[in-house]
Amino acid sequence: MTGTWALLRLALRRDRWLMPLWILGLALALAPVGYLSSIKAAYPDAVARQHFYDLNASSATFVVRNGPLYGSSVGNLLAWQCGFVPVVVGLIALLTVVRHTRTEEEAGRRELTGATVVGRHAGLAAAVLAACAACLAFGLLTALGVAAQGEPVAGALALGAGFALAGWVFAGAGAVAAQLTWGASGARGIGIAALVLAFLLRAAGDGSSAGWLAWLSPIGWAHRLRPFAGEQWWVLSPGVLATALLVVAAVALSARRDLGAALLPARLGRETAKASLRSPLALAWRLQRGALLVWTVCLALVGLLMGGVAQNVAEMMRDNRAVAEVFSRMGGGGAVLDAYLAGTMTLFGLAAAGYAVQATLKLRAEETAGRAEPVLATAVGRRGWALAHLTFALAGSAFVLAVTGAATGIAYGSGFALVPAALAQLPAVWVLAGLAALLIGFLPRFAAAAWGLLAAFLLLSLVGTALQWSSTVLGISPFQHLPRLPGGTFSVTPALCLVLIAATAVVASLLALRRRDIPVG
Amino acid sequence: MAEAITADGLTKAFGRTKALDGLDLTVHTGEVHGFLGPNGAGKTTTIRVLLGLMRADGGRATLLGGDPWADATELHRRLAYVPGDVTLWPNLTGGEVIDLLGRLRGGLDGKRRADLVERFGLDPRKKGRTYSKGNRQKVALVAALASDVELLILDEPTSGLDPLMEEEFRQVVAEERERGDRTVLLSSHILSEVEALCDRVTIIRAGRTVEAGTLDELRHLGRITIDASLAHVPADLGSLPGVHDLSSYGSHVHLSVDQPALDDVMRHLAGAGLRSLVSRPPTLEELFLRHYRQDAPVGAAR
Repeated sequence: MTGTWALLRLALRRDRWLMPLWILGLALALAPVGYLSSIKAAYPDAVARQHFYDLNASSATFVVRNGPLYGSSVGNLLAWQCGFVPVVVGLIALLTVVRHTRTEEEAGRRELTGATVVGRHAGLAAAVLAACAACLAFGLLTALGVAAQGEPVAGALALGAGFALAGWVFAGAGAVAAQLTWGASGARGIGIAALVLAFLLRAAGDGSSAGWLAWLSPIGWAHRLRPFAGEQWWVLSPGVLATALLVVAAVALSARRDLGAALLPARLGRETAKASLRSPLALAWRLQRGALLVWTVCLALVGLLMGGVAQNVAEMMRDNRAVAEVFSRMGGGGAVLDAYLAGTMTLFGLAAAGYAVQATLKLRAEETAGRAEPVLATAVGRRGWALAHLTFALAGSAFVLAVTGAATGIAYGSGFALVPAALAQLPAVWVLAGLAALLIGFLPRFAAAAWGLLAAFLLLSLVGTALQWSSTVLGISPFQHLPRLPGGTFSVTPALCLVLIAATAVVASLLALRRRDIPVG
Repeated sequence: MAEAITADGLTKAFGRTKALDGLDLTVHTGEVHGFLGPNGAGKTTTIRVLLGLMRADGGRATLLGGDPWADATELHRRLAYVPGDVTLWPNLTGGEVIDLLGRLRGGLDGKRRADLVERFGLDPRKKGRTYSKGNRQKVALVAALASDVELLILDEPTSGLDPLMEEEFRQVVAEERERGDRTVLLSSHILSEVEALCDRVTIIRAGRTVEAGTLDELRHLGRITIDASLAHVPADLGSLPGVHDLSSYGSHVHLSVDQPALDDVMRHLAGAGLRSLVSRPPTLEELFLRHYRQDAPVGAAR
């Protein structure tokens, strides 16, 4: 274990911005400290809270999403609202461990440090320690922040401990996963699969009569500590035990393998290419299909959830004027339910734009990785190469939106009726794809600024509308010119204008791409 | 068509860095042409201009009789290219990359592909992310060499290969040369490789051509090294025109001579009771170093 301390300091040095950012950001700005004041504001008295409890404690959809609601105190509501936090902390812990182990090994940097005076397991130990320390800091900060606002100390501690422990268990899971696969992406995949399994077990246990299922899940343990509802401290022990076992397993696995090697062998693939792999489009499909699948599945799941809770939300909004007003401002007029659904569609539009930007920037990624050069040195022209990837940005985002709209509608109970409402977001999504392409054509070094544009439009849509900024400012965002569907009316002119803008941007970018050097460093 | 490639006074600047500064290059059809220069001399930039990936700021270039920028796609059907730094798609196998690049170029000789995979000892079933640098290079080499094209452009193709594979590569290129209908532009800084394979070479430095011709022609420009044992060492040997680097110990002398002065120097040595004589033409390495040991600054971009 020689050198663990030095490597731990290296890990902390590398994460000196990332780590404080997620600890402070997650604890203070969003959950749980920030939630507390919003809960107190929205449900100021016991009657309001009791009403909230009656509405949600028995709603299977909400319980599946957030876990059990144990009571109607401010603490209960807080713990329930924070139901997703153990998942997020687990994810971050997992990614942190993989980042400092397998990614290092894959990049060849562990060879560099491994040749100095450090023990065999020092790298693994340092990564797990760094992740666990961060989770502990997050838990403590949560407990302090919640207790400082007058909530019971025991409950605050149990809440923070549950978060930290979920992080620990998944740090251990990440350490094991890092030993199993060849590359960091495979390790992340295994870890995230374990996390999803833990969430599903928890959700299935809470949502059905088979409550024991939730006891199998580290995320379930965080809920079963029962913060603010008669804390069961002994539930800490399975978490600590699981963490210890996982770390021991990771060390044992790591002792059995060579540097760079994996316990699961790298799978061999095809010796020759399929007959269909013979065009830039076929290549783009191979490179883009994974991301398209992930985006589609994730957004469809969110769609199912949003559609499933629509009825409950509508009831809640009828009771709570402030919430209803926010939603109707974002989503336009009409019935509360329509407003909620239209607001949801705006969110899906922004998310699909994220996919479109990512798919477009793949062009730039291929260029900087040096993989565009060999393709463009064949009989493939630049336009054909670029259009192959842009096809996914443009048609792929349409596919994502259609599936998401269908999922939302099916869960809501209206079948495919929401598909047109989802597709109505497309013109704005395409504008973003066009802007990203324009950057690649004219300012390739600043292509990543497309994410900045998306962030700016997101800000305008979410914060700008809530704060009622002037329509000139809001109008900068293409999403502001879309019809509010369902409920609103579709007008052709703004949609057509957006499509024209997108088309112009794409054509201009292709012309610019034809004229510039490739690669531009 | 006698010239596969001509470049005439190519210039290219990246910001304030001049990557190419009046570069000339002529490659005859059917020859293996060595393109020599240290890192940052402009070899890769020249190749990118010839491939139409980059546009020269000035000068003229033709490739297989066409304009490399305007006719890029058409010309690329007739050539194959191995980049200096090969990166593969992490989720495609080596075999898939070979087939894909071959098909994008317009076709691949299946028998030759199998033969090359075997000779280079490449496992084509591995995913791109698991190959070492040398194996990535093999993938690109097989993809290029298995294509039935007129022109091969190879940018430092052996920089990651082990000596055995380097030898295999030399044999493959030698076979290409035997065929006589393929032109090869081989950029390299491994001099023995160039000496073994190339008919003609072009040496560049800081974006400019400093020497071009057959190896024999270049050797004529260099100095001949002479080691001789003499009955007595003439005192005036060092002051003869064209004699350099003279050193003597006992009756033994070592010196280098400029080509035109050779006749005169030999006469002097013969008159001094010549007992043994070894003379050696300049190696490529000496020619090469002669150009790079000059003190002018060397450009930074490749």
